[in-house]
Amino acid sequence: MDKNPGTAERRKERLDRGIKVRTEGIYAISSWQEVSYLVLPRLILIVGLLLLPFLMPSLYWNRVISIVGIYALLALGFDFLAHYVGLVSLGGSFFIGVGGYIAAILNKSFGLSPLFTIPIATLSGAIICTLLLLPALPLRGVYFAIVTLMYPLVLFRIIEALNILGGTDGILGVASFPNTWVEQYLILSIIILALFGLRRLVNEDIGLVFRGVKDNDQAVRASGLSITLYKAIAVFITSALGCLGGAYFVHIYMVAGISLFALDYSVIPIAATVIGGGGTLVGPLLGCFILVPISELLRAFGTLRIVFYSVILLAFIMFRSEGIMVYAQRKYHQFERWVKV
Amino acid sequence: MSGENILQVTDVSKTFGGVQALLKVSFSVQQGEVFGIIGPNGSGKTTLINCITGFIKMNSGKVLYKDKDISNMAPNQIANLGLTRTFQIMRPYYSLPAYKNLIVPLFSPRARKKGGWRGGGKLGDRGTVSIDILEEIGFERDSFVPYKLASSLPTGYLKRLELARCLALGPDLILCDEVFSGLSMSEIASMVPLIEKLQMDGITLVMIEHRLRELFRVASRVMVLNFGEKLTEGIPEVVMADERVKEAYLGSEKLLDYSFEA
Repeated sequence: MDKNPGTAERRKERLDRGIKVRTEGIYAISSWQEVSYLVLPRLILIVGLLLLPFLMPSLYWNRVISIVGIYALLALGFDFLAHYVGLVSLGGSFFIGVGGYIAAILNKSFGLSPLFTIPIATLSGAIICTLLLLPALPLRGVYFAIVTLMYPLVLFRIIEALNILGGTDGILGVASFPNTWVEQYLILSIIILALFGLRRLVNEDIGLVFRGVKDNDQAVRASGLSITLYKAIAVFITSALGCLGGAYFVHIYMVAGISLFALDYSVIPIAATVIGGGGTLVGPLLGCFILVPISELLRAFGTLRIVFYSVILLAFIMFRSEGIMVYAQRKYHQFERWVKV
Repeated sequence: MSGENILQVTDVSKTFGGVQALLKVSFSVQQGEVFGIIGPNGSGKTTLINCITGFIKMNSGKVLYKDKDISNMAPNQIANLGLTRTFQIMRPYYSLPAYKNLIVPLFSPRARKKGGWRGGGKLGDRGTVSIDILEEIGFERDSFVPYKLASSLPTGYLKRLELARCLALGPDLILCDEVFSGLSMSEIASMVPLIEKLQMDGITLVMIEHRLRELFRVASRVMVLNFGEKLTEGIPEVVMADERVKEAYLGSEKLLDYSFEA
């Protein structure tokens, strides 16, 4: 929403900068200036993320960085699935729970170190989540969302009722990371890899198929591609990110309990996507780096925390509903000027 | 033109609730010909295409494509056999540039078998191949048009994009659902040679059309549907001279009188 919208006499004209040739993703680079135009934002992001652990005042805040990283993985997965495949998933807590419990069991019962439990939990968790969600793949929109929301609730109650996997106490005494630096830098490098990997993926040929499924699934079928297969691949990628986060979480807190199925993991990634700008992938990541620390800062207000939190969210949705990164990218990539009508 | 049947449709029936959309429709299409399907609105033409290509499950009947039963196959499997279709209401990927629209069909198993993992064999990647296909279908190669978002293209180009999506699969048979509808006369005039060229390339075409004059320029045989039933079939001049066809298109006085009495 512009402060001074166009009138009958004038309107705002937007022009792509000359460096962008013909279409999205094709650039003509002929000078260092233009190279830096493309490289600088990415460099600032990477360096900024890698410097974060040094800038934190206390151990408590270093822990917050790891937690933000886990939320960022979920938010990346959510944004990818919602804006590039067209499946709205509320399954963040489902992925976290499955990945977390697998890692905890592997560590406690089989004595594997985090070096092995995290990759194994990521892959096997993603396979389990994808298989469980397979029957829901033909569903679209809110129906798919409901199914993904149902699974964590069901698993939560099953563990509680049958008193399996440690019941309400959870699995205690899971191995931790060697030190807080490993803990932080591992998750930071994972989210950087996930971010740039996903951005590359959605512009690869298979990524175009994903986007085709979102735009027009019948046309994809007419093109000789099975939409169920490609939706399953996309769900696998998202749930792998989520399970990775879950396994990481378990090793940070050294416990896997039914709180892994808490709805926070489903809701905060969505809020982060709204704030950061859906469809940009980097936006949800930044959204997490804004939302989660704010929620920590607001702990000073005690019970009123949620009220302030909601006000901030509401303000964003009302006044900047496109999200930070959509706005920022538009300002960065395009000239704006007023023209007389 | 071998005279061999590439598509054989036998007794296809489909009901939607109480509506009989198709009733025992049978026809066959020969290798290399252009076969027209005409009929008034609601006569079941699009439903017939949907049934053949697997988008709708038919109630009964059998479809043979190259002597292979495809009656119960999924749409993507059928497309991979080389039987493709266009949609009457265009279905491009609006958020992708026109040439990237074609990368989706070029990624299909059928196209990959032909083009290798990059899509174009030695000729380049899928982007290059799709620009080639678009040029063939009437997108000027050196203009901005192939790079524009599909959402910003006019109807004429979207109709061509529908055909291009079929071509990207390297089809043997294309079912065209009203490729001329919604186009201006000059746009249609430029589309007709395109259809003739496809036929010369050895692709068999089944065309649903309301633009009879243009259809009859290219089609060797036409079939008339009315209320889901096949009225007649034959060369265009004979079919249009048929009294029942005129009735179906224009309505006859006898029929009107009858309905008033009832």
